[in-house]
Amino acid sequence: MMKREKATTLYLGPQHPGITGNMMVKLKVEGDTIVNSTTHVGYLHRGFEKLMERRNWLQSFTIVCRICVPEPDPNEENYARAVEEIEGREVPERAQWIRTLVLELARIGTYLLWFAGQSGSAGLYTMGQWSIGDRDYVLDLFEELTGGRVYHMYIWPGGVRRDLPEGFEAKVLQTMDYLEKRLIQYDKLMFDNTIFQKRAMGVGWIDPEKAIEWGVVGAPLRAAGIASDVRKDDPYEVYDQLDFEMGHATTSDVWGRAQVRRFELEQSINLVRQIIEKMPKGEYYNRIPNPMKWVVPAGDAYVKTESARGEFGYYVVSDGTNKPRRVHIKGPAYVHAMTLLEDMLKGANVSDVSFIMNSLGTCPPEIER
Amino acid sequence: MAFFDIKGLVNPLSTLKQFGNKPHTVEYPKKHKETAARYRGLHFNDLEACIGCGNCSTICMNEAIDMITLADIEGKGGDSGLRPRVDNGRCCWCALCVEVCPTGSLNLTKEYNYVTKDADAFLWTPGVDNPEGKDNLSFTSDTNTSLSLFSRVPMPEMDGKERVKSFAETMLYYTEEAAREEASRCISCSLCTEVCPDHMHIPEYINAIAQGEDEDAIRIIYDNNPLGEMCGKVCTRRCEDVCALEVRGEAVAIRWLKEYAVGRASTAEMLQEIVSPDIQAPNGKKVGIIGAGPAGLTAGYYLALKGFDVTIYEGHEYAGGMVMYGIPKYRLPMDSLNKQIDYMKNIGVKIEFNTYVGKDISFEKIYEENDAMFVGVGFQKPYDIGIDGEKAIGVIPAVSLLFDVNNGSTPDVGNKVVVIGGGNVAIDGARVSRRLGADVTIMYRRRVADMPADWEEIEGAEHESVEIMPQTIPVEIISDANNRVKAIKYLKAEMVSDGKGGRPRPVPIEGSETIMECSTVIGAIGQEADYDFIPDEFRNKMEFKWGKMLVNDDLQTAIPKIFAGGDAVNNTADAISAIADGFNAVKSIEKFLMK
Repeated sequence: MMKREKATTLYLGPQHPGITGNMMVKLKVEGDTIVNSTTHVGYLHRGFEKLMERRNWLQSFTIVCRICVPEPDPNEENYARAVEEIEGREVPERAQWIRTLVLELARIGTYLLWFAGQSGSAGLYTMGQWSIGDRDYVLDLFEELTGGRVYHMYIWPGGVRRDLPEGFEAKVLQTMDYLEKRLIQYDKLMFDNTIFQKRAMGVGWIDPEKAIEWGVVGAPLRAAGIASDVRKDDPYEVYDQLDFEMGHATTSDVWGRAQVRRFELEQSINLVRQIIEKMPKGEYYNRIPNPMKWVVPAGDAYVKTESARGEFGYYVVSDGTNKPRRVHIKGPAYVHAMTLLEDMLKGANVSDVSFIMNSLGTCPPEIER
Repeated sequence: MAFFDIKGLVNPLSTLKQFGNKPHTVEYPKKHKETAARYRGLHFNDLEACIGCGNCSTICMNEAIDMITLADIEGKGGDSGLRPRVDNGRCCWCALCVEVCPTGSLNLTKEYNYVTKDADAFLWTPGVDNPEGKDNLSFTSDTNTSLSLFSRVPMPEMDGKERVKSFAETMLYYTEEAAREEASRCISCSLCTEVCPDHMHIPEYINAIAQGEDEDAIRIIYDNNPLGEMCGKVCTRRCEDVCALEVRGEAVAIRWLKEYAVGRASTAEMLQEIVSPDIQAPNGKKVGIIGAGPAGLTAGYYLALKGFDVTIYEGHEYAGGMVMYGIPKYRLPMDSLNKQIDYMKNIGVKIEFNTYVGKDISFEKIYEENDAMFVGVGFQKPYDIGIDGEKAIGVIPAVSLLFDVNNGSTPDVGNKVVVIGGGNVAIDGARVSRRLGADVTIMYRRRVADMPADWEEIEGAEHESVEIMPQTIPVEIISDANNRVKAIKYLKAEMVSDGKGGRPRPVPIEGSETIMECSTVIGAIGQEADYDFIPDEFRNKMEFKWGKMLVNDDLQTAIPKIFAGGDAVNNTADAISAIADGFNAVKSIEKFLMK
C-alpha cells in the first residue's frame, strides 16, 4: 500500500500573479497533487448591481463597463440593448454595425490578453509581452473611437455616442493586417512550442457529457465539442449578416480551448474586415430624452451576448421610474471560476492552477457584481 | 509528437529575429504618446461661458463635481455665479458632464498626467487651476452630440389670416403629449427661479408636468401665484431669457407650460378642488385693497387664506386691472381671467366693483375702517406722444383703444392706422387695429432687435401683416380742416454708436422726411400712475419719486398702515412683478398686524 503523504493547505491568491483578478483558491495538496480546492471570492466586490439602483438610466451606463476590465463592451452592449428592449427604442442600422465592430475589436483585445495570461502561466513570458503590446494597438483604436482606452463608455441606449472619426476604417484595417501577420509569429512561439504543448494537452479536462449540465459556456464549451455561440444561436446586432465560423475542438482540455481561441481570433479579424466593408452610412444615435427626466416604462428584459469568455447575460427590470429597479448580470466566470474550477482542480498539479484558470477565462468581478 | 520534436524546439527561437527591431513602446518620460482627438482627459471649463447651472454636478454619477463660488465671479441674472469643482480622485472620465453641459463650456482635455502628494490637490476648479487647458481641448460636445434638447416643441397657432377676423385666442396651446415632451427638456437648474420677480417654483412644476402630475403642478404654481393661467398666457417671462438651454438653443416654453397646467382646471370649482387651500380661521383683522389688478388680487388671495377679512375696491366693472382692460382678448380671454378671479371670490376675497376710490368711496373711509391698506393701482394714464398735431381727432392712446375694445365697443379707426412705439402695448394696439379692419404700420425709433416687446408678439404681429418700420421718428401729425388726422410726417434714422459701447441711439437722417397718409394715430410710448384718488393729507405724508410711490423693503409707505405694490411701485411694471409685490405685501402686512 502506497504511503499517504501528509496534506498541506495552500492559499493561492488573492494577490498571486497567476490568479486572474482578485480571488483566492484554497488548495489542499499532497505533494504536488491537489486533493481538494475551495474558491474564495469577495475581494473585488463593488456592488455594481446595487449602485445602478441608485443611479438614473444614463448614469448606470457608465458603471457597467467596470464589470470587466479586459472586455467592457459586452456589458455596455447588453445594458443598452436591454433598456432599448424595455423601452421599445429603435437603434439606427449604422449604430448596430458600429456596435458589432466594437464587440469584435473587444474580442480581439481580450483574446490577446488571454494569450498573455495563458502563455505567462506556462512560463512563456515573451509571448505575453508581445500580445499585450499588440493589444495596445487595439486600445489605440478604442481611444480614437471612444476617447477611452480601457473603459470605453461608448455604446449607450439608443445607439453609440459618436460616429466613427475620419479615417478610422483605414486604421482599423491596417491594425487587422498587422495582427494577422503577428498570428504567424504567435503560432511559432506558443502553439508550435513543445513546452506549451506538453503543458496544455490533457490538462484541465472538462467532461463533455457534463459541460452543459454545469453551465459551461464559450470557448471551454466549444472545445468540448459542443457547438454553441450566441452569435450563431441567437444572433444580435448584425451578426446574422456576417459570415464566420465557430472555433471547434474535441479534446476539452487547455490545448483545445487554446485552439478554439486562436481560431476565433482569426475569425474576428475577418469579421472586422467584413463589418468595415458592409457598414452603411446614416444616423448613429436615436437620441434619448433629457437624461435628468428620462423614465423607462415598467417592464423587464433579458439579453445576452457572446463575450470572449462566453455567454454574457443581463436581466434588467424597470418599475417605470428614472432608475433601474434591478439589474442582474450573469457572466461566464460565475460558473467557470467557482463551481467548475473547484472540481477541475481535484487531482491537478499545483503548478497548473493558474494555467487552468486562464484557460477558463476567469474574471472575478462578474462573480461579485 | 515525439519528445524531441525539432519544430517545437526551433520555432520558438524565431523570437531572436526580433533583435534590432524598432521597439513598440514609447520611451516615457523622454517621449509622450500623442492622445487621440477624442481623448477624455482632465476637465477644462470656460469660466466666461459657464452659467453655473450645475447640470454637470447633477449628472455626475460619482458625485465628483460640486458647485463653488469663486472670488472674481459674481452671480447675475442667468448666471448663478457658481462654477464646477471636480474631485479628480473620484472622477471616472465618463464625460457625461460634457454631454449635458447646456452651454458647452465644460470639456475634457488631452491632459492626463497629474501627480501630487497632497490629496486635497485633487480638487480642481477646471479653468482656474488649468487655464492652459483651453488650448488642449479634446472631448467636446456640440449641439448635435449634446444630450441637452435644444429645440422647443412648436406651439400651435391660428393662421395669421384667420386671426385678424376675430378676437379669438391666437395660441392653440399645448396638448398633453406636447406639454410632457416640452416639460421633459427642462434641466431643473433653477436659474429661472432666481430672475422670476415672484420666484415661482418653475423647475418643480415643470417636473410635475413632465411626470404627468398636472394637479401637483397647479398646486405648486398656486403656492405663490394665484394668477398662474394669466401668467401662462401673457407673462413677460424673464425666466425664459435666462433658461440654460437658451444659450445654444431654444428656452423651455415655461410660460406655455404654466398655461397648460392651470388650464387643466376648466372651472373655478375645479381649481378650488385641486388647490384645496388651507384657509385659516378668521383672525379678526381687516385689510382694504385699492385696485383689483394682479397686485391687489394676489394680496387679497393670500391674505384671505391667512384668515384676514379682505375687501378689494375696484373702479371698473370687472376685476383684473390692466390685464383685464389693457391686454387684448385674443391673448387673454375673459373666461380664463374670470375663472381665476371667481375662485378667489369663492375662498372669501370680497371685491366691490364699480367702486372708484375718491368718488364712490372715500380713501379716508377705507383707511379708517381697515387695520391695513394695500394700494395696487397700476399705470393707467398714458404719456403724450410729444409731437406737433397730437391734439387732432383720431390720435388716441393705445391704452384707451384697448380699454374700449375690451369693454365691448368697436371704435372706428378707419382703414389706415399708424402705431407709435415698440413695446407690448404698441403691438397690442397694432394687432387690435388689424382686427378692427385697418392696415397697420408700427413706427419705432430704433431697430426691431431693440424693441422692448416680446419677440413672440412681434412675430404674431408680422404674421397678421402688421408692417413694422424701424428707425422711424414721427415728427408731426397732419390734420384736415376738421382737425381730423390725415397723415403723419416722419424721418428715417440711422443708429449711431455713443462711442462708449453703450446702446446706439437713433439720429434722424436729414432730408428723409416723408408723409404717410393715415386715419388714426395710436400712441404707445408708456403710461404713468394717476394718484388723484389719494387725498392731499395722505399724499403729503407719502413719498413719491419719478411718478413712483416710495416704499421700504416691506412694501410699506411712509404711512405705516398703507402698503403698496404693482406698477406704481416697482421698476419693472409688469404683471408678474405686481403679483410678486402682492405676495410679498401679504408677509409684511401679516408681520405688521400680527406681531
